[in-house]
Amino acid sequence: MKGAYLDHASATPVRKEVLEAILPYFSEQFANPSNVYDIGSQIKQVVEEARASVAGLIGATSEEIIFTSSGAEANNLAVKGVAFAKQKKGKHIIVSSIEHHSVLNSARFLERLDFEATFLPVDAYGVVDPGRLAKAIRPDTILVSIMHANNEIGTIQPMAELSAVCKDNGIFFHTDAAASVGQTKVDVNELNVDLLSLSGTSLGAPKGTGALYFKKKVRLMPLIHGGIQENGRRAGTENVPGIVGLGKAAELAQKELPEKETHLRKLRDLLIKGISERVEKVEFTGHPNNRLPGHASFCFEAIEGEALIFMLAQAGIYTNTGSACASKALKTSPVLGAIGIRADLAQGSTVFSIDAANTVADIEYVLEKLPAAVARLRSFSPIWGKEIPEYEEDVCT
Amino acid sequence: MKFIKDQSSDESLDLVCRMCPMHLLEPGDKLKCMQKGQILEVLTDYDGALEDIPDWCEKCGHEFLGLEEDEDCYKLYIKKKK
Repeated sequence: MKGAYLDHASATPVRKEVLEAILPYFSEQFANPSNVYDIGSQIKQVVEEARASVAGLIGATSEEIIFTSSGAEANNLAVKGVAFAKQKKGKHIIVSSIEHHSVLNSARFLERLDFEATFLPVDAYGVVDPGRLAKAIRPDTILVSIMHANNEIGTIQPMAELSAVCKDNGIFFHTDAAASVGQTKVDVNELNVDLLSLSGTSLGAPKGTGALYFKKKVRLMPLIHGGIQENGRRAGTENVPGIVGLGKAAELAQKELPEKETHLRKLRDLLIKGISERVEKVEFTGHPNNRLPGHASFCFEAIEGEALIFMLAQAGIYTNTGSACASKALKTSPVLGAIGIRADLAQGSTVFSIDAANTVADIEYVLEKLPAAVARLRSFSPIWGKEIPEYEEDVCT
Repeated sequence: MKFIKDQSSDESLDLVCRMCPMHLLEPGDKLKCMQKGQILEVLTDYDGALEDIPDWCEKCGHEFLGLEEDEDCYKLYIKKKK
């Protein structure tokens, strides 16, 4: 059956080159990198080479990288690690209201420990206003965390302005770049951030890999205590195959990024144009220009995104609603709520995330199948073509 | 324990939030890159360091100069002797 996988924000296939690099570290080269004998120190060297590759991808140095088990763990370490380390200075943190749950729920966890969190609103495109951030800063603010690009609506934040506000006030600035690293250029110096999280899942690395960049001046309280791994900042024997895979994926991403970005942009624009021309009553979400090159997100009126995803899957097309709330908890996505999308319209959220392996033929296939799927679902819909009264829906928090 | 004040240093190592044995491993690595006679400042909030670092200096042949209590950590000073 013909098909098109357009859910790369959820998972990317492990690249062939990455898999080849990883395999020896499951069996022949199995030693523990903490061991002092030769086969252990050889593995340690391999881990450090991977660290250098990851650092190179984002313009950092090796000493500034901590390997983690995911982007979510990196976000937890950034938010809680800084909060715990700096709590004598203050107990207030600021995050945007459209952060990934690993940031939002870390902030809420800290609230239970008598920290205070401000959840910054965003505009209709999902952009955080730097002026609003400046107003939210208090004498006891110790950390600001605002994601580089949103995984659900694709919007890229005005990082230079946001980081300038943080620098002017002497506050550490963390960004979750899990959605953007490997899709677009991410350089910690250009972004002027103190901490940055990334994930291997959307980079062609194995699942269960990630990293946190932190500037040397940032003190981080470890969340996993134990041995000397990651210089005492994250205990536990290293996931050597995963780390090797992340390093190889980072090396490939750095080489291929300029060409890949152009390709993604072309396919994304083709998809957005095609859907806008072929389907009525559809709202494009996120920023029209400042957005991830491989990301297109829509809300289709009078249908359930979940139902559309199942219908498209029957044609071999894989997309996503973009939110675990919408997919699993049957609640309105907090991101779509934050950008002011009507609750009924938010139910029709569908996210297409494109990667280098996708082709024009994939997009044409989606444009062939999608209009009929939307029309069929609308034919069952009791609300299609009717005026929807305003009502309050339980927004997932 | 010898308390000192306003001690200058050639290098500084921030180990705040990190625990045993990083308070011994990192100064060991850092001192290897320093010149004989230079002074290393170690910042730590790990109580065990107060006993361990002077003992470790004695074993390794370095001079423990003393410590100063800062607002949120201890500052320990080591003079490289060899």
